[in-house]
Amino acid sequence: MPVDVGADFKTRVKQAVTDPHLAETVTRATISLTLKKDQRYAELQGQRLRDETRQMKTYVLRHLPQLLEQFEQNVQMNGGQVHWAQDADEANRIICNLATQKDVRKVVKAKSMATEEIHLNQHLEAIGVECVETDLGEYIIQLAREMPSHIVAPVLHKSVDDISQLFAEKLDMPRTLDPQALCAKARSVLRREFLNADMGISGCNFAIADTGTVCIVTNEGNGRLVSTLPPIYVAVMGIEKLVPTVQDAFLQYQALARSATGQKVTVYLSMTNGPKQPEDVDGPREFHVVLLDNGRAQMLAEGYGEALMCIRCGACLNACPVYKQISGHGYGHTYSGPIGAVISPLLARDMAESKELPYASTLCGACRDACPVQIDLPGLLLALRQDLVERKAMPRLEKAGLRQYADIMQKTGSYVRMGGMARAGSRTLSRMSGGTIRMLPPPLHHWTKTRDMPPFARRSFRQQWAHRNRTGEWEKT
Amino acid sequence: MHRKTFASPPSKVALFVTCMVDMMYPQVGIATVELLERQGVEVVFPEGQTCCGQPAFNAGYHEEAVQMATHFLDVFCPLLEKGDIEAVVVPSGSCGAMTRHFYLSLLQDAGIRSYPARAEALAAVTFELTEFLVDVLKVQDLPCGYPGKVTYHACCHLLRELRVDRQPRQLLRQSGVNLVEMEGSAECCGFGGLFSVKNEPISTAMGKAKLQYVAGSGADVVAMCDVSCMTHVQGLMHRQQSRQRAMHIAELLNLRSGEVHDTRPTPSAPSSGAPPVGFSRRWQDIKVEDDHAR
Repeated sequence: MPVDVGADFKTRVKQAVTDPHLAETVTRATISLTLKKDQRYAELQGQRLRDETRQMKTYVLRHLPQLLEQFEQNVQMNGGQVHWAQDADEANRIICNLATQKDVRKVVKAKSMATEEIHLNQHLEAIGVECVETDLGEYIIQLAREMPSHIVAPVLHKSVDDISQLFAEKLDMPRTLDPQALCAKARSVLRREFLNADMGISGCNFAIADTGTVCIVTNEGNGRLVSTLPPIYVAVMGIEKLVPTVQDAFLQYQALARSATGQKVTVYLSMTNGPKQPEDVDGPREFHVVLLDNGRAQMLAEGYGEALMCIRCGACLNACPVYKQISGHGYGHTYSGPIGAVISPLLARDMAESKELPYASTLCGACRDACPVQIDLPGLLLALRQDLVERKAMPRLEKAGLRQYADIMQKTGSYVRMGGMARAGSRTLSRMSGGTIRMLPPPLHHWTKTRDMPPFARRSFRQQWAHRNRTGEWEKT
Repeated sequence: MHRKTFASPPSKVALFVTCMVDMMYPQVGIATVELLERQGVEVVFPEGQTCCGQPAFNAGYHEEAVQMATHFLDVFCPLLEKGDIEAVVVPSGSCGAMTRHFYLSLLQDAGIRSYPARAEALAAVTFELTEFLVDVLKVQDLPCGYPGKVTYHACCHLLRELRVDRQPRQLLRQSGVNLVEMEGSAECCGFGGLFSVKNEPISTAMGKAKLQYVAGSGADVVAMCDVSCMTHVQGLMHRQQSRQRAMHIAELLNLRSGEVHDTRPTPSAPSSGAPPVGFSRRWQDIKVEDDHAR
């Protein structure tokens, strides 16, 4: 049974961890992606690439307002139009209005997390515009009526068999486990859609302020078709996707391709400067860029700016041991994994709505080591936890418990007394089950659901130390 | 982060034993003391020490964490300031990371005068046990009498906060134990402090993945540098009557050949799933009833 992303966090996690194949499928895929990434970083000065990428992204965040204005001017100079959208509603309104004005019936889309974030397809479909996802992974997700489970590989949670079954159901295709045959089928369906579309919509992997260029990277070429075939091309980009110069664009391209898919370069890099000029052989009649804020400026203002350095490569998802167990759908939001646990609460109107996410991490740090920009993801998760506590979003009992714990630990005497009580209690519990504790009272009963627990030691270290100080030797045990 | 370098090896250190070792695993504390004393280092135990505050800090409760951090510094700093000790040694990567990395920013944010500077001074001389043995004392060999196969699990905070990995592996290699590498040795075991209770299903799933890696290595002991992760891994293994078990590295390295004895259960023993070889100090071997007889 697939994970129901609309269910609450507990239910999603339960569905994910009880799925017989999910963790195995996700683990295999993420390990393979991580290995490829590591190879691609090992063959050049990997640390230098990471440092330079981080430096560049730091510059971008410090100069974001100027860079955005520079970008806008350059797009306009090239004949394109720039729309500023403060939130998801405004972005959807802009695009839907555009579609209505131009009498758009069919939209072809290249893969875009930004349009997932604002749920653009739903809004377009509500006004009668058909949306067709043309990235193979996104197309499969759309057929299955699911959400992407990975920033880069949206169907990472599905096996070839799952996809074959889906194609048999939806496209009336005979069952096959040949990926090429499945791919060819999707291709033949999609080719017709490209030719009939009135509008192309894509996201943006990076945009160059200096030249007003929107760049999208794909391995299937669908990005090129989306941005050149239909008469109108709309790119939706988060405001953090800017880079200052062409040189910087290639720095980010390098980091992105190597981190996301373990490639030196992707098969396609499509750059759009503006609408078709008289001397151009192809290109859209109209070119629009929607600059999406949707909580990003506030992240910067509230001290979470580091999260905006993210280049959406998915390396932190691939490195994350929690992601391996619950997959992207366990997170229940557009963005999953460690970066999703950080930005999903921040992109929401109220961070308390997804307060489970910052706590859905052991702070193991594998994400930070994997990140091509070296974003301190555990540090950001810790900051979010602190924020949630200060906003009183956490259960009152938890606060009371930790308050009491701190009071006990602040005085040696009370610590020793408490230890004595815990020793007596835990040894009584362990005696009931043959020397180890198999059942603890709430809230610790969650521990003993699956794990045994030793009782406290008969004599603490400090007691044994004191004995040794008195007698010159350790106690005989 | 400033780290002190020693012209000559420190002769006197304070043991930061951690609350878990103090209360639950005194044998790990004893092994730590003995390992250090065998190298000629004098160990003092500041008896005022309690918990470093990591559980509160990781859960986002900074006010409470500050309470514990200031108590900790009040206990340890005077010893350093008076010159009574030259270093602090802790048999834990995660408690070490808390006092060495996180105290500074925690106390700076809290804005309590003088404490950030004290935290920084203490951090400069705080070492995780294996790091201290290898990098500071330059220990070459600590022969260990354990006859079975051992694999190493790199605990997250030790590996990715303190960046200590070469040291425990080197000690294990030089100890003469049969060390085998496991796949996924650097992958989190799923403990994560309160995470193990708050997110039990995820924690358990991660732990089970770790158990598979351990089993795949063919080792019968998985050694690690933190008793917290050890409690998680061992707790799962014990519940599942696994053939493997988890052990703190100090206890393993402190075993001399004479101390190893076979506690394989006799065929009539009820716990048929118990590990093949054991040590009297292991918690699953403790007979609570015996305590009362004493």
